[in-house]
Amino acid sequence: MTAMSDRILFEDVSKFYGEVLGVNRVSLNIPPGVTTLVGPNGSGKTTLMNLMTGLVQPSSGQLSVLGITPADPDRFFRQVGYCTQFDSFPRRLTGWQFLFDSLLLHGMSEPDAFRLAGEALERVRLGDAASRRIESYSKGMRQKIRLAQAIAHHPRVLILDEPLNGLDPMARADSLALFQELSRLGMHLVISSHILDEVDRISDRVILITGGYIVAEGDIHQVRREVRDKPMQVLIRCDQPELLASRMFTSNHCVEARLHADGKGVFLRTADIDEFYRLLNRIAVEGLVSIDAVAPADDDTLAIYQYLIGSDGSPS
Amino acid sequence: MNSERAAAFAKSILAQPWGLWWLQARRLVRMELRRNLFSLKAWWIYFLALAPTAILLVHLLFERHPGFALTDDTNVLAAIVQFYYIRLGVFFACLSIFSRLIRGEMIERSLHYYLLAPVRREVVLVAKFTAGSISALLLFGSAMIADFALVYTAFGAAGQEYVFNGPGLSQLEAYLFVVALGCLGYGAVFLLLSMILRNPMPAAMLVLLWEFINPVMPALLQKISVASYLRHLMPITVPGEGIFALLTVQTEPVAGWHAALGLLALIAVILAYSCVRIRRLEIRYLTE
Repeated sequence: MTAMSDRILFEDVSKFYGEVLGVNRVSLNIPPGVTTLVGPNGSGKTTLMNLMTGLVQPSSGQLSVLGITPADPDRFFRQVGYCTQFDSFPRRLTGWQFLFDSLLLHGMSEPDAFRLAGEALERVRLGDAASRRIESYSKGMRQKIRLAQAIAHHPRVLILDEPLNGLDPMARADSLALFQELSRLGMHLVISSHILDEVDRISDRVILITGGYIVAEGDIHQVRREVRDKPMQVLIRCDQPELLASRMFTSNHCVEARLHADGKGVFLRTADIDEFYRLLNRIAVEGLVSIDAVAPADDDTLAIYQYLIGSDGSPS
Repeated sequence: MNSERAAAFAKSILAQPWGLWWLQARRLVRMELRRNLFSLKAWWIYFLALAPTAILLVHLLFERHPGFALTDDTNVLAAIVQFYYIRLGVFFACLSIFSRLIRGEMIERSLHYYLLAPVRREVVLVAKFTAGSISALLLFGSAMIADFALVYTAFGAAGQEYVFNGPGLSQLEAYLFVVALGCLGYGAVFLLLSMILRNPMPAAMLVLLWEFINPVMPALLQKISVASYLRHLMPITVPGEGIFALLTVQTEPVAGWHAALGLLALIAVILAYSCVRIRRLEIRYLTE
């Protein structure tokens, strides 16, 4: 296997819908793991996913998934599963028929399709409703059956457009656990979601997109470090937060301090994270303050989203 | 050099996964047939196919006209095929069946499931067309056979003689052939229209008008018509009176095989172009 044959590659891909920009000059090189697509409504997330799967075709540029293009569907869709946002199904099918028919189109034998359909239904915990028509499913169940269809054939790449929409907290937790498990198996998962704090927990890297442009991409912590104009926030759990804050302020890179609500910690903002940690080490060695824990407080997807895109959806 | 290229081309054609495509197409046809024939929406097509059959059955059971001659009813049957089935029944049934194959899936937002399956889009299109054709042929073929049986049953032994020892069976064969070509021809036209246009209905009405006035068009324009090809394959020429006179205008005679091949060529061209279009098709449900 060549290095590039396990990647999702976009090379200078643009997509215009008439005169409306979908995405512009996107270049990506996505390795296996969980990649989160983050951006406001209409930013181009679904367009990126549709481009990846050939549902729309690029106006310019080239793309491939594991070295295969959607123009070769026989091979491509054996490797790729796409759980779209479209909440619609072929009429009058039960959940079971929907999965079974989908699997038969792969050309597999009926016993294999039977086994894989059952397995996928169990994975999304929809076995009990399998014999009911999809029209009678709740929104969450429809989301699950779409997910089951996307994973049933054991793809190596799973593309999920808002997969947590409509799911109750328990089902969301189940889905996230499933995504984590699939990621551990070496799969690619590309997820777009508005539920950033939950997706954040399983995400290896993030792609921020707004107005059709990629604003940032990479490992979340790395992206956060690159956002230099926004001082980083660190939470320090300690026995004397006020004293620690006053000591830290002797260095001019500290720009803000806020006591934790329980009085047993302090949030500090710093413009120079390396210098900040050096100073914190010195204070710890001096023994004036007993430090229990140190954790970044704003290098998650939500914070990066707010810093780079802002609440109005435009890059800040 | 050219022969090497030709050999390489032939080799690449043979190397394609024809077995897989055949299997996928068969399975797609089975699924589509289930949807075409056993959905609530299909009632309209059943109605279009079986309306003449129901009327003939009522006549046979309750309003037998002993004075009618066998030749009169033979003409009535020919008129049913030429004026009702070809111009209305098959036309509207095919409009309903074939415009739903791709456009209907777009409107119901379910086409992406086919395009996300590991099946070539051309295989999807041809399988859907085949399923639509089988559905239409099953319904209209069965209705045609039933109509034929009902018309000649009414004449008892004379009817039996006409069917089995006269020209009856060859006429039935010709009618079935005409209906089959009608289903394929209109099917291809409406499949293409539904792929090109968001709403194929106005264009379908123009096609209907075109088919209606086509017999009085110059010979060259008559070739761009499904009904004109079929007219040459009819075993009986229906005498036209009143408005029907327009539909029975004697046009330039064309050999039966020529008409059939012409229509099949037209269908092949339309299907090939549809395959090109489906390769470029994009899923944009919001603009539908």
